[in-house]
Amino acid sequence: MIDFIWLALFISGVATAMVTGRMQMVSSAILKGAESGVDLCIGLIGAISLWMGVMHIAERAGAVAWLAQKLKPVARRLFPSVPPDHPAMGAILANMSANLLGIGNAATPLGLKAMEELQKLNSHPDTASDAMCTLLALNTASITLIPTTVIALRMQYHSAHPSAVVLTTFVASLIGTCAALAFDRFFRALSHRRQVR
Amino acid sequence: MSDALARVSEWMLPLVVSSILVVGAWQRVPLYQTFVQGAKGGFSTAVRLIPHLVAMMVAVNVFRASGAMDGLIHLLNPVLTWLHVPAEVAPMGILRPITGQGSLAFMIDIFQKHGPDSHLGLLASTMQASSDTTLYILTVYFGSVGIYRFRYALAAGLLSDFVSVLASVFAVWLISGMIQV
Repeated sequence: MIDFIWLALFISGVATAMVTGRMQMVSSAILKGAESGVDLCIGLIGAISLWMGVMHIAERAGAVAWLAQKLKPVARRLFPSVPPDHPAMGAILANMSANLLGIGNAATPLGLKAMEELQKLNSHPDTASDAMCTLLALNTASITLIPTTVIALRMQYHSAHPSAVVLTTFVASLIGTCAALAFDRFFRALSHRRQVR
Repeated sequence: MSDALARVSEWMLPLVVSSILVVGAWQRVPLYQTFVQGAKGGFSTAVRLIPHLVAMMVAVNVFRASGAMDGLIHLLNPVLTWLHVPAEVAPMGILRPITGQGSLAFMIDIFQKHGPDSHLGLLASTMQASSDTTLYILTVYFGSVGIYRFRYALAAGLLSDFVSVLASVFAVWLISGMIQV
C-alpha cells in the first residue's frame, strides 16, 4: 500500500512535469525535499526530547495509573465482553490512558499487550473479536489531550502559538472517537444479525 | 489569530510543564534524573524519523512542484467546497489513514507555504493530531496476534477517519469563531 502511494506521488508528479514543462523545478525539488527531511528531524530533536522527558516524569508520577482508574467505568461499558478483572481490561485501560496523554511510544506496546490478552478470550484465533474491533476503533481515532509531535513541529516553524492545536485537536478527536465507536457498534450489530441468520 | 486564543495558548505550555513537575515532586519522583532518562530517547526517535521523512518529503515535493497537486486540488474542488474542506488540505486527509509520515510531510509543506498559525496551518495541525494511521495500527495490532480476518474493523476505521477530517474543519471553525465573537 505504502509502496503504491509513494510510487504514485512520484510518477504522477514526473508525468505532470512532462506536460507542464516543469521538469527543472521537479529536479531541484527532489534534492530540496531530501534536505528538508533531514533538517526537520535534526531541528525536532530538542522539542521531542523535551516532551519525552516531561512525559516520562508524568508517567513515573502515576499519571497513566491515575487516568486508568478514572476511565474504568467507561471501559466497562465499551468492552462488555471482557470480564472486569481480566488482565485484558488492565491493558486496555493503560493503552487508553497513554493515548490520551499523547505518549505514543508507550501506547503501542500497551495496546499490543491488550491484544494479546484479548486473544486469550477469543474463540476464533484467526478472526477479530468484537472487543478487538472496539479497541482498534479507539486507537485509530484516539482522543488526544496533548499532541506532542505536532506541537513540536509548530515550535520548529516559529509558531507564535504552538499549543493552539490542543483545543481544536481535543474537539476534533472527541467527535472522531464518537464516530468511530458509533460505526463500531453499527457494524457489530450488523455482523451479529448476519450470524443469526 | 485572536487575542484570547493567543493568551490561552501562551499559558498552556508553561502551565502543563510546571504542573507535571509539581505533581512529580509531590509523588517524590526524582525529577531531574527522570527527565534526562526520558529525554534521552528524543534523539533516537528523531533520527529514526529521518529516512521516513526524507522519502516522503521528496515524493511530496515532486508532486507539488510538478503541478500535479494543483491538478488534483482542481479536480476535487467541487466536492470539497460542498463539504467546506479547503482544497489545500485534501491530500493530507487522503494520506492520513494510510501513512502518518506522508501526511506529516504535507502538513510541513503547508507550514512552509502558509505558516503554522494561518487558518490552513491550524487545520493541518488539527488533522494530523486528531487521528491516527488506521492502516498501520490495524496491521500492527492484528499482526501481533496473528489475526487475518479483520471483519468490519477496516471499514469502521476509514469511515471514522473521514468524519475526523470534517470534525477538524468544524473544530477549527468553532474555536476561531467562538473567540472572535
